[in-house]
Amino acid sequence: MEIFGIPSQALFGQLLIGLINGSFYALLSLGLAVIFGLLNIINFTHGAQYMLGAFCAYLLLNKLGIGYWWSLALAPIIVGLTGVVIERTMLSKLYKLDHLYGLLLTFGLALIIQGLFRNEFGSSGLPYRIPQELQGAQNLGFMFLPNYRAWVIVVSLVVCLATWYVIERTKLGAYLRAATENPQLVQAFGINVPRMITLTYGFGVALAAFAGVMAAPIYQVNPLMGADLIIVVFAVVVIGGMGSIMGAIVTGFGLGIIEGLTKVFYPEASNTVIFIIMAIVLMFKPAGLFGTQK
Amino acid sequence: MSGSTPSTSHTSSPAGDELRAQKIAFLVMVAIIAIAPVVVYPVFMMKVMCFALFACAFNLLIGFGGLLSFGHAMFLGSAGYVSAHAAKVWGLTPELAILCGTAAACGVAFVSGLLAIRRQGIYFAMITLALAQMIFFFCLQAPFTGGEDGIQAVPRGKLFGLIDLSNIAAMYIVVAVIFLGGFLLIFRIVHSPFGHVLKAIRENEARATSLGYDTDRYKLAAYILSGTIAGLAGATKALVFQLASLTDVHWTMSGEVVLMTLLGGLGTIFGPVVGAAVIITMQNYLAQFGAWVTIIQGVIFVICVLVFRRGIIGEIAHALKKSL
Repeated sequence: MEIFGIPSQALFGQLLIGLINGSFYALLSLGLAVIFGLLNIINFTHGAQYMLGAFCAYLLLNKLGIGYWWSLALAPIIVGLTGVVIERTMLSKLYKLDHLYGLLLTFGLALIIQGLFRNEFGSSGLPYRIPQELQGAQNLGFMFLPNYRAWVIVVSLVVCLATWYVIERTKLGAYLRAATENPQLVQAFGINVPRMITLTYGFGVALAAFAGVMAAPIYQVNPLMGADLIIVVFAVVVIGGMGSIMGAIVTGFGLGIIEGLTKVFYPEASNTVIFIIMAIVLMFKPAGLFGTQK
Repeated sequence: MSGSTPSTSHTSSPAGDELRAQKIAFLVMVAIIAIAPVVVYPVFMMKVMCFALFACAFNLLIGFGGLLSFGHAMFLGSAGYVSAHAAKVWGLTPELAILCGTAAACGVAFVSGLLAIRRQGIYFAMITLALAQMIFFFCLQAPFTGGEDGIQAVPRGKLFGLIDLSNIAAMYIVVAVIFLGGFLLIFRIVHSPFGHVLKAIRENEARATSLGYDTDRYKLAAYILSGTIAGLAGATKALVFQLASLTDVHWTMSGEVVLMTLLGGLGTIFGPVVGAAVIITMQNYLAQFGAWVTIIQGVIFVICVLVFRRGIIGEIAHALKKSL
């Protein structure tokens, strides 16, 4: 069977890879958007924290014998706590300054974290096994769908939508959105805004680590696995505009699919297509597809 | 160039004082460039000068325009590739090869600048980073760049068809002239009326707009100037090392130039030069330790941001109550 002169196997195969990549774009840009909303900084360490999540799962398995399922809960907590420490000891000192200093600080932290892990583990990838329950594949008639990949897509969709629900539909989310608009006023109502900022950063970092654990069995565990990814995610964030949670999710998945399709129809451009889309969006809608220019 | 002193210098003595301090600092710098080859390797000094010019160009944009570019490697790298290609494949003389590379960087700056200045602050940084990554992938795949190998064994050629630049002393003088010329050009830009408008935009863009300045045009002009001078540094560097490679277009290079400028002092005249010298020296001595270079650079970033925001020259200038 062929579609547009492309074997359907190849087309659906790339579409699946696109959806998987899109899941990670969505999870990571969601974390960036949540952090940016309240802290007004771009977390350059995000890629390194995604890598930390994967390494955390790897070390839990190989040093302590703790498997994938526990890692899925433990790694985000552990890495999230390191995020809390970073926010309390360093980022909180910068809120009164130009936001660019936050970017520079987190860039420096990313260099340190990635350098330390590269020193310790080298830059070749380390394998992480797919958990037993998710091995194998389903025959869908038109293609084989590996169980683990289906799991990644479903879980990241669920996590994204749950985050959206918490922020847009619950009382906690309402406080959060209010603090984004006007922190002084919210503090005057007796809400501990600094603590909220700390926890928000921790949560955003935990999301990155969660994505890292999910990615460990698909891509190998590698100290630089987040370094190039984060730049693509930045482009995703610029395309979507940082104002909207749903925007981050939709753009993440959408761009993953577009990238996958580009690999089928014009492979030479598959590395650059997201940046080209970013350039086009900037020309016609500088605030991003879902953003509002402040 | 040195005759073009700002008009304020004759009228008020503090400004004259300021200028005198900068003149002394400039003379010290020239003296160091003249004497250094006796003490250290000339190639090392040429590397420092290329990166110092690169950092000065970057500083023109952030220090005086308030725009943080996280993609300056695209100018350094693309200019390097074009000048290497021009010298090796087209067989042009070095001055024409450097001119070609610089012009290429100018073109890249014009196109990317039109896109990037549509957003400010953090977005500007992210957009320039993404555009630079696009250039990186282009250089990785384009047929003339040699992919992972880069363009190797670039001939230095004969300057104006006369002076053989494989002679290290001749090459050193050429690099020194290019560096000092670029440095004085930036000095002139900063002290020109254009530079003052740029500073006004950095301080308060809304007010500059309300005074009737088309701020986007000023920002674009500053961006193009910065990119072009960064390209001049890259084109020269390709001839000095006879190599154009992916390292120069990679995002780590964009990060390095931020670090040099931050360490030396954002918005100071001499800071980027000192920052570049310190970072290049450090890389030279720590090269054997591999990933430790990255870690130390990260640590310097964190320290600079948390407790040392003025940078080396910024602190000295603050202590002397002068601007350097």
